[in-house]
Amino acid sequence: MKAQTARMKDKTPNTVKHFGATPLRGVPQLRKVRSGIDGLDDVTGGGLPYGRPTLVCGGAGSGKTLFAMEFLVRGATKYGENGVFMAFEETPKELAANVASLGFDLAKLEAQKRIAVDCVQIEPEEFAVTGAYNLDGLFIRLQYAIESVGARRVVLDTLESLFAGHDEVILRAELRRLFRWLKDRGMTVVITGEKGEGNFTRQGLEEYVSDCVIFLDHRVVEQNSTRRLRVVKYRGSPHGTNEYPFLIDEGGIAILPLSSVGLNHRASKERVPTGIPRLDEMFGGRGFYKGSSVLVSGTAGTGKTSLASRFVDAACERGERALLFAFEESPDQLTRNMRSVGIHIERYVKRGLLRIISARPSSHGLEMHLVNMHRAIRDFDPQIVVLDPITNLFAVGSPPEVQSMITRLIDFLKLRGTTTLCTSLTPGSSELEYLAGGVSSLFDTWLMLEVLRSGRERNRSLTIVKSRGTAHSNQSSEFRLSSRGFDLVDTYLGPTGVLTGSARLAQEAQDQASLTMHADKLERTTEARTRSGKVLRNRIAALREEFATLDADLEGSIQEETLRRDGLLVEREAMATSRQAFAGPTKKQVSRRAK
Amino acid sequence: MKTQARPKKRATKKPVEWDLCLYVAGQTPRSIAATKNLQKVCQEHLPGKFRLRVVDLLKNPKLAAGDQIIAVPILVRRLPTPLRKFIGDFSRVEPVLLGLGVQPGGKVIA
Repeated sequence: MKAQTARMKDKTPNTVKHFGATPLRGVPQLRKVRSGIDGLDDVTGGGLPYGRPTLVCGGAGSGKTLFAMEFLVRGATKYGENGVFMAFEETPKELAANVASLGFDLAKLEAQKRIAVDCVQIEPEEFAVTGAYNLDGLFIRLQYAIESVGARRVVLDTLESLFAGHDEVILRAELRRLFRWLKDRGMTVVITGEKGEGNFTRQGLEEYVSDCVIFLDHRVVEQNSTRRLRVVKYRGSPHGTNEYPFLIDEGGIAILPLSSVGLNHRASKERVPTGIPRLDEMFGGRGFYKGSSVLVSGTAGTGKTSLASRFVDAACERGERALLFAFEESPDQLTRNMRSVGIHIERYVKRGLLRIISARPSSHGLEMHLVNMHRAIRDFDPQIVVLDPITNLFAVGSPPEVQSMITRLIDFLKLRGTTTLCTSLTPGSSELEYLAGGVSSLFDTWLMLEVLRSGRERNRSLTIVKSRGTAHSNQSSEFRLSSRGFDLVDTYLGPTGVLTGSARLAQEAQDQASLTMHADKLERTTEARTRSGKVLRNRIAALREEFATLDADLEGSIQEETLRRDGLLVEREAMATSRQAFAGPTKKQVSRRAK
Repeated sequence: MKTQARPKKRATKKPVEWDLCLYVAGQTPRSIAATKNLQKVCQEHLPGKFRLRVVDLLKNPKLAAGDQIIAVPILVRRLPTPLRKFIGDFSRVEPVLLGLGVQPGGKVIA
């Protein structure tokens, strides 16, 4: 039951896609009843015809009874339409055990008065016919069951059992009457029938059911059993006419979602970091577009899984949920390997942010993988999905099949706005930009990891081959993995060409040395300048001092002379005064003239 | 529910040799005819030795599932064992007699 409730919170947009011709406008559409079976309502354009019988036919073990039962159970639990299951071939116990495998608790539904089960036992040997009769007993039982739960859906599985014991003429007349009776009451009916030679059913039930016929096929293809469903006929409604793979498991029946028909997903403008800052820069600064598909290709050992894991690691760090489908390594092995490059994703597994699902592609058919992936994605609802590597899937199907599967998966993810990263192993040691099956066009961004050989060394490089919608660097960067994590380093582009690895390091060391040398020289020259400046300034200072000293001396001399002259004048004056003769100007006059 | 032909003496517990149950769906001409025909056959060939109950499934729809009835009218012979069923309106008497195991006069054959 848990799987059922989980699937009910489906995030996929609820639009029902129509196949074939688009419905005419203005013409009253055939009223349909949603079956609740995963994917069927998409194929049929809305569900089964309301108030009419639908025939579900197929070989033994093709899933007819389970189909019919799921139609009833979903009707009761999801759409509030109760139902009646009339079984002609199984006992109540057998039936309950049978459908328990789908996770349906029939006893509980019966107790809740949502589904009524009536098992009809036919024992032909004990009849003796004594005259005319009809099958009113069946009608009465059906009526009683319908009334007991207020049913709107009815399953008859399988009416062919009646042919064993009764007169065919009477029986066929009664069957006609039965379907009219059911139609009058507006019951949506599903009847099952086993495939006959040349007919849809052994007893030709299809003559009573002219509205909708669904055929279930179960075959073994290359040791893998595959189930396929086909809507053979659906009067009054366009429907997908192809065979659609489906699968039956404890979540019920799942017909593969068919979102590949429309390319109308929205394109987000938001960005998602790659987990490697330098790589984000190469994308114009912010990383991948949200909801885009990224392909990381490379030959063996180039670090694709590591890059993918780092992407996941960064996403979980931000608190987003990620789902990783590993086709080569077990979850344990993956987490252990990633620890060696400093990525610890096991802690996110514990916290429930990351889920790693490992499966060898050859373990199931392609359809089973696809449906399982769809289920896992819907149940877990991640923002990031990683597939590592998709090339392993080519072992399971032919290139067109695998391409179709990957296309459908990517379309589904884009509709949900999930960012997807797929790794792909390029064969051999060649670095051709070729990808088996031509899947590169499905991806918006393509990162290529290559190996560059120089001398006896292998160094990794990363190139962005394309990225729709973003300007990106066209330079190859050297991609280094170490226990500290990732490093993206610009490769050295010099006169000798592209250098990576130890050659680059050597060249870088050389560059560094010459830089240091220049720096030294610069320093010395600057120092010299400073020193000579100092020296000159010192000299100037000394000269100034000399001048000051000289100046002071001279000043002293001048003062002395002035004093002596003044003294002489005073003497002369005194002498003149004593001689009473005015020989020359007085001191006062001399000083006045001097002024 | 109608019962007919009670044993003559209630005091002496005479065993009922034939326990018959006729299922019909409502009072249609066919069910009335069947009831009548069957009563006639029983009174003629098994006087005093049978117990016939008529069950109208329209009044007791639950019994249709419980007793696994599809075709009507249907007669179920519970006793003598083995259990035997007869469908039809009993317009043809021979299969009934054969099936009930009686010969004219009430002698048990099978």
